Amino acid sequence: MAGPQSPKYIAERADQLLVEPLDAMTLIYQRRSGITHIVAEPVPEILAVMGGDALSAAEVAAWLAAQFDLDATDAEAVVATRLEELAALGLLERVRA
Amino acid sequence: MSVHEFRVKVGPVAFRICSAWKRPIDQLADLYRDYPTPEIPDYSVRLEARSPFRRFIRPSITLGGDYMLPDAAPLPLAQGLLAAEMAMNLQVALGWRRHLLLHASAVEKDGKALIMTGASGSGKSTLAAMLGHKGWRFMGDEFVLIDLVNGEAAPFPRMISLKNEAIGAMQASALDGRFGPLMIGTPKGDIRHLVPARDAIAQIAVSATPALLLFPSFGYEPAVREIGASEVFMRLTQASTNYVALGEAGFTTLTRFIKTVPARAIDYRDGIEAAALVNQLWDELA
Amino acid sequence: MLLVEALRDPASTASLDADGWAALLSMARAEQLIGTLARRLTGLLIPDAVERILDEARVNAEYQRRSALWEADCARRALAGYSGKVVLMKGAAYAAEGLKASEGRHIGDLDIMVARADLPQVEAALLAAGWDWVKEDAYDDAYYRDHMHELPPLIHKERDRMIDVHHTILPLTARPKPDAAGMLADAVMLENGFYVFSPTDMVMHSAAHLFADGELDGGLRNLWDIHCLLMEFNDDSFWSALKSRAEHHQLSHAIYCATRLAHQLYGTEIPKDWRNRHRQDKWYIMRLTARDDWGRGTCKFIRLVFYIRSHWLRMPPLMLLRHLWVKWRKG
Repeated sequence: MAGPQSPKYIAERADQLLVEPLDAMTLIYQRRSGITHIVAEPVPEILAVMGGDALSAAEVAAWLAAQFDLDATDAEAVVATRLEELAALGLLERVRA
Repeated sequence: MSVHEFRVKVGPVAFRICSAWKRPIDQLADLYRDYPTPEIPDYSVRLEARSPFRRFIRPSITLGGDYMLPDAAPLPLAQGLLAAEMAMNLQVALGWRRHLLLHASAVEKDGKALIMTGASGSGKSTLAAMLGHKGWRFMGDEFVLIDLVNGEAAPFPRMISLKNEAIGAMQASALDGRFGPLMIGTPKGDIRHLVPARDAIAQIAVSATPALLLFPSFGYEPAVREIGASEVFMRLTQASTNYVALGEAGFTTLTRFIKTVPARAIDYRDGIEAAALVNQLWDELA
Repeated sequence: MLLVEALRDPASTASLDADGWAALLSMARAEQLIGTLARRLTGLLIPDAVERILDEARVNAEYQRRSALWEADCARRALAGYSGKVVLMKGAAYAAEGLKASEGRHIGDLDIMVARADLPQVEAALLAAGWDWVKEDAYDDAYYRDHMHELPPLIHKERDRMIDVHHTILPLTARPKPDAAGMLADAVMLENGFYVFSPTDMVMHSAAHLFADGELDGGLRNLWDIHCLLMEFNDDSFWSALKSRAEHHQLSHAIYCATRLAHQLYGTEIPKDWRNRHRQDKWYIMRLTARDDWGRGTCKFIRLVFYIRSHWLRMPPLMLLRHLWVKWRKG
């Protein structure tokens, strides 16, 4: 999957999000849209590691692997799916390569 | 067009109601006679005739007001009180932005509020009406208003709207209660209004601290279940007509509520079982 | 009319008693101008009970502004692969540009305009991004596609919000034939990446919309938009540009009439030689201000006249008959 053509994403700015962990789920309120998202891991973790940088799924997976003791290659497919879902919700923006 | 008019303040919400007929206004004025009268209303409600003819021939009421549903079915004149109740509720449901609005019932004891929410048929209204005559202060059976700054629950104790079996049950237990006319065969079944007990009206502007949230279900063996915080959140957003419109204030108010108020689901088969469960959980958790 | 007076001169509300305030608030809600009124009355000394109601209106207007801009952003993301201009219209455009007309304004569905030839591509992109037809109905569908200035409305499956995709500003059956391609060509890009009409075309669209769409329902709101736009765009060259653009788009009648009505109702400053009253103005004003103290529509006959007239304007007579016939048969 990784390669020069793989898309990169920029997360919504942290000051636009109110994050409230509840139980297995986390609430994310997005100021700009007024929409509350109910998400499970690894979504809060993904948004946290992305910061303000434009990153690909492989790069996000590598960051997550470093922090949470995961295998980066295994994580990449999951991360890629989540990133597309988050982009559809408007929590990330896909950046044209 | 001749207009009969009545004004009333229920909790923080002030209404003016006009009607093409005198009777519904007289009934409202009688049932709400101990409530405060506002000067400037928050909302206007109109009980209108569908056409000039229909004021006299098979008179039927069209609901109108500041906020309206395009497809609200008209009601016969004999159900005027129900029409007024529905139109008043609609104004609050669609217009109110000063509190987080929960579609729920509530009663108060020692300055703390027990809030009950659930689908219609869960018995939340009947439970609140019953507890309101058993040592609790009735705060409302339609909306509970959560303050956006301090999280307190404000009462909205309009007429208690009893349905079907609940009518007989309350007539038996609230012997000193003041009832409105019995309306048979309304779209919601038989309906009879009950004026809330004296303390509910005397303390109509007194808020309470939410202390326990219950999701009652009627018709099952008595049981108590814990509910996860995220499920409570989802159910309460569904029970709120203004959560989305309030934006960030709605989010912070609701998350604070969920983190501070213990929640349980209870099953019960009759009022005695329900009262026992409520008292037990209240002593444990509130 | 109380509402027009309060919008035109907010200080005039100082003389209102409790019944006057109740009437004003009901009229403002009925015309969906309560948020606009709240903005106009900001900072004035008004009764606490009214202030609480106006605060509520401000919260609601902010919600509508936020939702409208978010819907616009969702459409922008969905159409990222489309290279043509996507022009925001009406409420969303005023909000995106931060115009005075957007202050407190009620904003409903999202309206956008694209080039007519690109409709299939835009439609496909929106369908792929989660929008869906509101109704599958062959007649209405064919009617829209053959005669209307927009696609049948689409609704987003998750967010439950509607979008209207236009390719021009008037139904194709209306007599004026505005130059849609010219409007797109002149549309300007804002700093936030959205396109909006040029100032003259923005007024043009608002005026065309006022007379061509519906039976002057929401007319007070539309005219308030026009009043705000004219106040904001008013400079030496604006009025002559407006005049020549109106001629170009065959909308001179709508522009003159709308500016005249705005002047008469809201005191909008317009050039002296645009002010000559016409005989029909008083009928328009009567229709626009037909509300009683409970917010109810009054003047039923005038409303009916405008209803029939509005359909007459939109369609040639034979087509009107066919339309009413098909609608009637379908109940």
